[in-house]
Amino acid sequence: MKAVLSRYGTTLTGMMVLATFIWLAVMVVLPYLVMVEFSFRPNLLPADLGTEKDHLTADNYGTLFRNTIHINVFIRTIWGSALATFLCLCVSYPVAYFLAKMATAKQAAVLLLLLVIPFWINEILRTFAWFIILAYNGPLNGVLQMFGFIDKPIRWIYGSNGVIAGMVYAYIVFMVFPVYNAIETLDRNQIEAARDLGASLWRIHARVVLPHAKPGIAVGCIMVFTAAAGSYIVPAILGAPGTRWFTEIIYQWFFEGQNWQQGSAYAFLLLALCIAFVMGMMRVFKVGLADIAK
Amino acid sequence: MSQDIALETVTKKFGDFTAVREVALNIRAGEFFSFLGPSGCGKTTILRMISGFIEPTQGVIRIGGQDMRGIGPNKRPTALIFQNLALFPLMPVWQNVAFGLEVRGVAKAVRRKKAEELLATVELADSAGKMVSDLSGGQRQRVAIARALAVEPQVMLLDEPLSALDLKLRQHMRAELRRIQKRTGVTFVYITHDQGEALTMSDRVAVMSQGVLQQVAVPMDIYNDPATAFVASFVGESNVFAGRVTETEGGTGRIETEAGSFVARLGAGVSRGDQALLFVRPEQMHLGAAAEAALNRIHAPFSHAEFEGNFVNVFCGTDGHKPLMSQTRSDPGVLALTPGAPMTLGFESADGVILPAGELARE
Amino acid sequence: MESRLTRIIVKIYLIVFLLYLFAPLFVMVIAAFNDSKFPTVMPWKGWTTRWFEDLWADDRMWGAVGNSILVGLAVVIIAVPIGTLAALLLDSIRGRTRSFLYGLMVAPLLVPGIIIGISTLIFWNRIGVPSGLHLSTVGQCSFICSYVMLMVLARLQRMDRSLEEAALDLGATHLQTLRLIVLPYLRTALLTAAVLAFFQSFENFNTTLFTRGGATTVTIFIASRIRTGVTPEVNALGLVLITITVAAAVIYTIRKKNTAAV
Repeated sequence: MKAVLSRYGTTLTGMMVLATFIWLAVMVVLPYLVMVEFSFRPNLLPADLGTEKDHLTADNYGTLFRNTIHINVFIRTIWGSALATFLCLCVSYPVAYFLAKMATAKQAAVLLLLLVIPFWINEILRTFAWFIILAYNGPLNGVLQMFGFIDKPIRWIYGSNGVIAGMVYAYIVFMVFPVYNAIETLDRNQIEAARDLGASLWRIHARVVLPHAKPGIAVGCIMVFTAAAGSYIVPAILGAPGTRWFTEIIYQWFFEGQNWQQGSAYAFLLLALCIAFVMGMMRVFKVGLADIAK
Repeated sequence: MSQDIALETVTKKFGDFTAVREVALNIRAGEFFSFLGPSGCGKTTILRMISGFIEPTQGVIRIGGQDMRGIGPNKRPTALIFQNLALFPLMPVWQNVAFGLEVRGVAKAVRRKKAEELLATVELADSAGKMVSDLSGGQRQRVAIARALAVEPQVMLLDEPLSALDLKLRQHMRAELRRIQKRTGVTFVYITHDQGEALTMSDRVAVMSQGVLQQVAVPMDIYNDPATAFVASFVGESNVFAGRVTETEGGTGRIETEAGSFVARLGAGVSRGDQALLFVRPEQMHLGAAAEAALNRIHAPFSHAEFEGNFVNVFCGTDGHKPLMSQTRSDPGVLALTPGAPMTLGFESADGVILPAGELARE
Repeated sequence: MESRLTRIIVKIYLIVFLLYLFAPLFVMVIAAFNDSKFPTVMPWKGWTTRWFEDLWADDRMWGAVGNSILVGLAVVIIAVPIGTLAALLLDSIRGRTRSFLYGLMVAPLLVPGIIIGISTLIFWNRIGVPSGLHLSTVGQCSFICSYVMLMVLARLQRMDRSLEEAALDLGATHLQTLRLIVLPYLRTALLTAAVLAFFQSFENFNTTLFTRGGATTVTIFIASRIRTGVTPEVNALGLVLITITVAAAVIYTIRKKNTAAV
């Protein structure tokens, strides 16, 4: 604090501390704490507020864990997010490697710009575009039929297929950039040396490039997984009837069930999942928050 | 206008590390005063305490008699010239110079005029509208000086401002700084690790090592009468002999060393029986007839010689020992010597000084 | 250095990848001109601009655009100063406090948007503030501040601290130093952060969905159109937004390249 004061003086330091406090306390920490506290409260009529019924209870969590349908949706959300994350990694890795180690400076600049453009366009619009493409009478089936690959249209939006396809597309840049940044720091000579020693392409990547890219992969996975698990619009547009995402159930509790306490318990479970995933990745891959922030 | 500075047993600690230890000295008003020492000796810390960026852990700094505790850098009558100059890259030269006036609320036309006057005194009148990045190293130096002078400081603090310049320009700027200091009469406090800078420009020099003040004196005394082993070894070259003091009489003493028994001046703090160090400057270590006639003589084989133009450095000694060095006028006879030839070196007792054993400056 | 075969395979992969990246945008744009009640490119029923005319005449859409701009500007006004002040604070502290604050400041970027929305909704409701666009603004700020903070901090860390010290030494007050030295140095970063903050706000859906009350922003408008009575009007709006974002992305990239040299 002494360093801050001597650098900025009392007035500015006061403003800085105040602004930081407003942000972190009023906009970040307190709302989460209040949400968690709220999830331990019963959903009461206004008349019952303040009576003996108004006490802390774990009932909302009881309801959640007894509801096998919702638990199944939660498990599907985890599984679907993990699958989307893995597919994102598979699709992104070659692109990231090309950008970092094969492309000329000019090629890389152009490709980076091309990658950024779809990312800047609204997630809803991008998802909606896939809705058009994957529709039963849509262009994908049309093209495939035209070239004779298929006889009759395929129902693409079935189960979680559409959702996962949409998510891979929506979050691909979250993966490409961290992996690209990580591979870029790899010394080219290491690849050359491995090649000189007669390592196959597969072995070079498995033993040299991938281990080096680990922190980037971890960051990419964190970004994609949390985005996927917390996505509302992709499953809302591309989800087949009967395959809901956990976020959709949370929405129902808030705006259809009008039971915010119950919804808070569900939201807290989702938050806990994301925190657990982030912490797990950070520990396993030994990356810090500062790496993620890049 | 200038003021004196008093450091009253000033100590600065950073955590467990003591950067400056109980430094007490007075810098006189209008004086060109240098702090000389190797990097990490605490001289920059002292400068930053005088300018107000850091507060002493203990002790008081007074400028013009006024206690500076709790007074920020923007309220002290000092102006600092940074090692990297810290010119504002987004402002043209004249705005840099006028910055101190701008923040004091001086009207634009007035400060522009003042800036141009100052730029004229540092011979940069036609560069007022240029950006700093368009100037050469020497020109930037002078902009920094003009910018500091604009606030009419009573004390000018300079943090190794010449270190980034090439040799020629450095020598030119030494004279320039000295000229500006004499003309303005402002107290200059100059930080450097370059003894040449300190000795040529300063009225007085303070030598520091590891946070401790070693000696404060005029340049000639620093060189001829070093107070500690560190000063003797840091400033100029010396032949050093370690030994024990066996006799003392008045201002002279006898020291027994591996190379022989010598009589020389006694420095302060040396008594009979002490382990001590004898220092002899190479230009006072004679060869030939002068050596034979000298009171203290050493016999050693010739090793090699370095021709420096107007003089020659002659090195004598056996392998495994630090060679003895003698500096003499260029003489073809010396350059013709073959390694191993027996030599006699000698010095008068007034030209050697015995100092308490202590830390030596690293080569 | 790679063998020719690998190079060819990678090239083919990249072409397929780029097709995958841009096909949806292409389909989206073409569908906006198809004279079909339902947004699609097949079957093709002829060119039309009627969806743009419908869009132009749609009052709800204009209302939503107005709301989005309003929220976006409010977010810029709140998040840019807060993020900047937080970055200034973080830049001059060290050790545990710094790591702790940094963690808290970056955390909102990893929290799903709907949870930010829900926690904002509940917190303000409990202290008696009803939902509406003001809550959307606050909710969005909680993570957009993080972006601003990171961008400003990155720039501050490259700043030469002695410039600030020189200003103070020449007699400037701390406020003058901020105004005359630090802020001009941060100018580009602040501008970029403001533009980015506006776009982040404009594009936000998850946080807005829970906090908006009855109000409609552009993203909410699009989502509700897609779910109820979708017409190519959405595609027409999409084309407009795509044009704006592509232009912004290109300008941003070019500017970034230019300022990177400074």
